Amino acid sequence: MKVLVPVKRVIDYNVKVRVRADGSGVDLANVKMSMNPFDEIAVEEAIRLKEAGKAGEVVAVSIGIRQAQETLRTALAMGADRAILVVAAEDVHQDIEPLAVAKILAAVAREEQPGLILCGKQAIDNDMNATAQMTAALLGWAQATFASEIVVDGDQATVTREVDGGLQVVRVGLPAVISVDLRLNEPRYASLPNIMKAKKKPLEEKTPADYGVDVSPRLEVLRTTEPPSRKAGVMAKSVDELVDMLKSAGVV
Amino acid sequence: MATLLIADVAEGRLGLDATAKAVTAVRPLGDVTVLVLGPEAAGAEAAQIDGVARVLVAEDHALAHRLAEPAAELVRGLAGGFSHLAAPATSDAKNILPRVAALLDVMMISDVTAILDESTFERPIYAGNALQTVRSRDAIKVLTIRTAGFDAAAMGGSAPVERVPGVSDPGLSAWVEDRVAKSGRPELTSAPVVVSGGRGIGSKEGFEIVEKLADKLGAAVGASRAAVDAGYAPNDWQVGQTGKVVAPNLYVAVGISGAIQHLAGMKDSKFIVAINKDPEAPIFQVADFGLAADLFEAVPELTDKL
Ligand SMILES: Cc1cc2nc3c(=O)[nH]c(=O)nc-3n(C[C@H](O)[C@H](O)[C@H](O)COP(=O)(O)OP(=O)(O)OC[C@H]3O[C@@H](n4cnc5c(N)ncnc54)[C@H](O)[C@@H]3O)c2cc1C
Ligand SMILES: Cc1cc2nc3c(=O)[nH]c(=O)nc-3n(C[C@H](O)[C@H](O)[C@H](O)COP(=O)(O)OP(=O)(O)OC[C@H]3O[C@@H](n4cnc5c(N)ncnc54)[C@H](O)[C@@H]3O)c2cc1C
Repeated sequence: MKVLVPVKRVIDYNVKVRVRADGSGVDLANVKMSMNPFDEIAVEEAIRLKEAGKAGEVVAVSIGIRQAQETLRTALAMGADRAILVVAAEDVHQDIEPLAVAKILAAVAREEQPGLILCGKQAIDNDMNATAQMTAALLGWAQATFASEIVVDGDQATVTREVDGGLQVVRVGLPAVISVDLRLNEPRYASLPNIMKAKKKPLEEKTPADYGVDVSPRLEVLRTTEPPSRKAGVMAKSVDELVDMLKSAGVV
Repeated sequence: MATLLIADVAEGRLGLDATAKAVTAVRPLGDVTVLVLGPEAAGAEAAQIDGVARVLVAEDHALAHRLAEPAAELVRGLAGGFSHLAAPATSDAKNILPRVAALLDVMMISDVTAILDESTFERPIYAGNALQTVRSRDAIKVLTIRTAGFDAAAMGGSAPVERVPGVSDPGLSAWVEDRVAKSGRPELTSAPVVVSGGRGIGSKEGFEIVEKLADKLGAAVGASRAAVDAGYAPNDWQVGQTGKVVAPNLYVAVGISGAIQHLAGMKDSKFIVAINKDPEAPIFQVADFGLAADLFEAVPELTDKL
């Protein structure tokens, strides 16, 4: 079984986001970019399936600017076998919407015929939490979102999902799209020899036109602003003082 | 303009708070039809929410666990005639609605915090570090609503309730089990007071300190991701970018450092109190009242003295 893992290049999760004063967006020039943390978990899971003999080939896909190559090389260094880069944007500030990403992923899946697509639950830049579900819809496949445990057994997978009330276990027929949550695994670091080896692994470049997909956005971003900020308040010196402060503020 | 609002239903019961808040959010968009994927009784309760014009109830085997594939088919089938499809941003809605959007070939607009007009919406991005205003060009707008910022619509309505036929299950997935933790405490996302514990609590047993304070305040219990990852607390307690978003009147953070991903889930709380032994912890920068102290001494003392 082949596993397809879509990986997105996003602002590193440790970087403090700066909103441009003119409302035109978030400053991404000269900012550290990394693989979306959820996608590292998806890559890790795919490699573990391969190591367990349940998956054959692991193919990483990224859609975006040419620099997403670096993200794909990271996936290859972790252990993916080959990569596909769909160059769909010229500038780091131009993001591709989940619907367009899903259309491209569906087209890649029709070509590659994977048994499983392992997505991140959400990308930490736009937090849309949509791509996996949309890809499953377009392919007419089963979906299991927010996975904290995946057991692949023959032509089905049993997936434990993190939901509002606790956990839900579902069984999906393969092929399926699964989106992964943070507690699924702890991704490995790529070793130096593997980083060197990854440079020689195949990375194919494509364009949305190769798949007949129009990536023009459906949403127009009118403005991006800073949320109202909170001010640091008062420090209590003791529990007694805290109790008094809470009582006089009327919150308890 | 008319909205089809998918009600929050969990374990066969209407999630009234989330549904009534979502009604307030979408009300300016015209007539509100509420779709209940669940029992008739949940539909009857939804019919009493002020501002609801009509309730549709779909109850059948394929929908019992709100599996995404049959639920999305059903909603797609009902979408004709509506300008907006919406739902409170629960894990169910996040599972189902993007699938519906793709079936309709329209974009998903997740976690909407304000509706500016019929096609313009505000939503947080980058873990709430920026707010984006987007205008949709799609014929049908598909939204999940972050309900924390909306007041619940009042009760007193009496909308007509109609049954709609279920769907044939495409058989792509099957429900196996729900592992739902029962607690007598208020529900995290609607509780007026939340007490959360972080990695500083140090153990599962240590969480009792937090739970005792919560019970004293009639509060729900929350946790940071680090506390959940370490196994001190169950996953459904997690507050933050990838957990639940809460905006209670009072949020008490105990042994939580205040990472941006945690703040994303609680910084809209009306009043924030932080207890942390590190006076430099970033949580103090958003707290109204802070106490730099060892939680193992301070929290039991606070519980006693309140
Ligand atoms: C700087 C910036 C500028 C923007 N400008 C515009 C604009 O001009 N017009 C406009 O309409 N919208 C714009 N947007 C909004 C944006 O297009 C969408 O809202 C955004 O794509 C939301 O989805 P997500 O990336 O959060 O996907 P999610 O659905 O949260 O992603 C989930 C998973 O899908 C996979 N995935 C997602 N994207 C990719 C990818 N590219 N490659 C491979 N895998 C992927 C990954 O596995 C990921 O973990 C902009 C956003 C940003 C950050
Ligand atoms: C993609 C992504 C998504 C994430 N999503 C979330 C999310 O949804 N929610 C979330 O919470 N995190 C999330 N995180 C994790 C987040 O970055 C932090 O790692 C996490 O919030 C830290 O939890 P903490 O504050 O409990 O732990 P720590 O940062 O370790 O802080 C523990 C605090 O306890 C204090 N302490 C220790 N002992 C005591 C004592 N005896 N008395 C008093 N104080 C004490 C310490 O001073 C310290 O400040 C996410 C991370 C990533 C990368």
